[in-house]
Amino acid sequence: MQFDTRTAGLVNDAPDISHLMKQVLVGLSLGIVTLFMFYGWGVLINLVLAIVFAVSLEAIALKVRNRPLKPFLNDWSAVVTACLFALTLPPLVSWWVLLVGLFFAIIVAKHLYGGIGYNPFNPAMVAYAVLIVSLPLQMSQWPGSFIFTGEWIGLGESLNIVFGAADTDWDAITRATPLDIVRTGLISGQPYSDIIIEEKFDFILFSHPMAVVSLAYLLGGVYLIKQGVISWRIPVSMLLGLAVSALVMWLIDSDSYASPSFHLLSGAAMLGAFFIATDPVSASTTPKGQLIYGASIGFFIYVIRTWGVYPDAVAFAVLIMNMAAPMIDYYTQPKVFGQANARRQRGRS
Amino acid sequence: MTSLIQKLWRMRGGVHPSFHKDESTHQPIQTAPIPPELVIPLQQHIGRSSIIKVVVGEKVLKGQLLAATNAVSPSAAVHAPTSGVVTAIEERLLPHPSGLSGQCIVIDTDGLDAWDESLASPTNNDYQSVANEQLLDLIEAAGIVGLGGAAFPSAVKLASVGESVIDTLIINGAECEPYISCDDQLMRERADEILIGIDILMQLLNAKRCLIGIENNKPDAIHALEVALSMQSNLKSIDKIAVASVPTMYPSGDARQLTKILTGVEIPKNVRSPSLGSICHNVATAYSIYQAVVESKPLVSRIVTVTGNGVKQPQNFEALIGTPFSFLVAQAGGYTKKAERLVMGGPMMGFALSTDDVPVVKATNCILVSSVDQLQLSDDDVTETEKIVMPCIRCGKCMDACPVSLLPQQMYWHTRAKDFEKVEEHKLSDCIECGACSYVCPSHIPLVDYFKFAKTEIRAQKLAAVKADQSRERHEFNEYRKVRDKEEREEKRRKQKEALQAKKAKESAESGAAETPAVDDKQDAIKAAMARAKAKKAARQAEKDGTAVAEPVVEDKQDLIKAAMARAQAKKAARLAETDTIKPTTDKQNAQQEDSNNAV
Repeated sequence: MQFDTRTAGLVNDAPDISHLMKQVLVGLSLGIVTLFMFYGWGVLINLVLAIVFAVSLEAIALKVRNRPLKPFLNDWSAVVTACLFALTLPPLVSWWVLLVGLFFAIIVAKHLYGGIGYNPFNPAMVAYAVLIVSLPLQMSQWPGSFIFTGEWIGLGESLNIVFGAADTDWDAITRATPLDIVRTGLISGQPYSDIIIEEKFDFILFSHPMAVVSLAYLLGGVYLIKQGVISWRIPVSMLLGLAVSALVMWLIDSDSYASPSFHLLSGAAMLGAFFIATDPVSASTTPKGQLIYGASIGFFIYVIRTWGVYPDAVAFAVLIMNMAAPMIDYYTQPKVFGQANARRQRGRS
Repeated sequence: MTSLIQKLWRMRGGVHPSFHKDESTHQPIQTAPIPPELVIPLQQHIGRSSIIKVVVGEKVLKGQLLAATNAVSPSAAVHAPTSGVVTAIEERLLPHPSGLSGQCIVIDTDGLDAWDESLASPTNNDYQSVANEQLLDLIEAAGIVGLGGAAFPSAVKLASVGESVIDTLIINGAECEPYISCDDQLMRERADEILIGIDILMQLLNAKRCLIGIENNKPDAIHALEVALSMQSNLKSIDKIAVASVPTMYPSGDARQLTKILTGVEIPKNVRSPSLGSICHNVATAYSIYQAVVESKPLVSRIVTVTGNGVKQPQNFEALIGTPFSFLVAQAGGYTKKAERLVMGGPMMGFALSTDDVPVVKATNCILVSSVDQLQLSDDDVTETEKIVMPCIRCGKCMDACPVSLLPQQMYWHTRAKDFEKVEEHKLSDCIECGACSYVCPSHIPLVDYFKFAKTEIRAQKLAAVKADQSRERHEFNEYRKVRDKEEREEKRRKQKEALQAKKAKESAESGAAETPAVDDKQDAIKAAMARAKAKKAARQAEKDGTAVAEPVVEDKQDLIKAAMARAQAKKAARLAETDTIKPTTDKQNAQQEDSNNAV
């Protein structure tokens, strides 16, 4: 009897890419819910629009590149990119800002380099960096949480704002983010402790919505580690890198530099640590390399936040380390079986 | 007894597929009937082919030597699995991933299964008084090879221990590959014999202890061996043997992995295990050693698992070496409708075969016949049968699964780019090809296939480089030799010429007329050219005259030859001047090489 030898023996049945991507979305969901609770419909409109734009752009790119649509759309990677990107944008941002951003994420950062698996840079962060450089005004209009403004903007009104149907009084709805307030305060020479008291922030007692959202991301990230979707190395080393840098400066001068807990909980540090820096394609993949990669991102976030022009720095720090990832991987190859203790054993025998 | 096992070490990585062992262990090992024809390959082991000791038409008895060990390099003897007549010694298809053929001895069986009486009578139960050299000879003569799959001649492996002190003899009963259960059932049913085989090994190696490593998904086998240990009090090394139940994790049955688990020692790639105090043998090998030493039976049969959903009644057979796969599958009730793939070995490391018209060899532990989708190893129902290979997303799951700490994601990247230098830098040669990386890949990339490909390419490139070097050296020497020979010739000629000239001068001096000395090459060439022109003219003239005479043509040809020779000489002289720079030191070396080439 004759047999086909095409697949030699084994057929792999491990969970596939789409499973991993869906797990990431599950991990994000808690953060999305908290963000929605504090910042209103703008968050969800961002997400929905981003997903629609991203999947459409992905389909167009695949079509142009002559790739099969079904397997690549089914991998859910465009959806994850869309969600991560949408969560970094201010809620109620104009729809076209999302479209421009996702064009850079999906077309430029992803498909011009060869699609999933081939992008050297994190697509969502490329989009964010492009926007914050080109559209600084739109990118800085963060609406205040309703607990500060006392006004919950309804769905209809939110849609009107996003699609530009209503003249928006941005001054009434936006509010500077904690990172902005502390930054401008410190630059103007106010001591850190005074700013915190004045603004009633306390990033240990979670008195600010951003701190609660950060906690939600943290829990989602722990879920991903438990599920084996991401390894602990990048998030833990990144948060440590950020916290240690902040601690050193804070201990030196607690008036001019913000506390570690402020840095960990006030901005995108948690989202970045668990969901963005862990993008496997553009990150370092060796165990030791991941520690170096994560810690360096944490360090750069601190440096850019403290001495840079931009209030938050996750995107830039991640992009910088994306560039370094191939080199880190090359120089951090683990010792193979038998090499770790080869010398010792040879000495013994 | 438990004190022999201080602790178990953790293996790195590994995967946990569902093992499908129960299918083939419902009934005891069946002795497969004798097929009408046996095909026995000469090479069933790692090393050189064995030397044929029978001729076509010869009647052979069971256990009779068919092919003897090759003294030059490691090899193993091959014996007649049953009595019958040798009908052919020819190339037959072997169970090999590339569908290779090889020399086989074909026996028409007579069904009598008559033993060769000249084999030592099975009264050798008293192996304890036999010297080690003799024991080794017995094992070598029985043609025993490692039955775990590597098929390395056991006698060679045992002899290679040399002066090394063996702390631990490891008996590999882990059998970590899914589907395969031949070792499991052997341990369940023939534990006493295995222990005697181990006792013989212990006597040979003088090891401090012996650990039988069995994965804990084989409780019956563990129990059987423990019972046998408590009963067999007459064994010399009984107090030194212990059964170690190791966690079920593929590939714990890899010899180096099992050594790590049981002793904590990691044996590097290039190091032989005895130099680090351990040696590993398969349980089935230990059983064969028992058969060879105590029962004087050479290795003519082995336990083969026939399993998979492509087989009606999966089970284990004791099958004669040389039994066709098709015959054995027929004994297991034949194929089901789902028989789409035929694999020798397990689903992780086995290889697909295109036909079942191949014989069972010493390394055949399993014949796996299955549908394409049954080879999906988890218990989950997977809806799509054909998985699409997606790009690598560098998630590192392969890295986590790799038992030897490689970076499959990086090796894959460089292999795809055919940057084999980089692949080697990532320690490709350490890859044990266990397939754990392929198994966990979320993009369904057949990683281990890429690594096998890279290994083959690198080997081919290295071989090509060596060959190129050799032929370059040969060419250079050839050129040098031409020049040298010519130099010698010239020298000789010059001397002759000088002698001639001296003579001529003498003569001319006598006659009083001094003539210009020897004509040089250039003048020769000019002369020849002139002659040629003349001849051509003559030929043309002849043509014009309409009288085609053969003579001038012949002359013309001769002239041409002369001219060519003259030209060649001029060229040679020029080259001689150029190649004077060749180092004479290589002369000796090259001459030696030439000699050796001639000798070959």
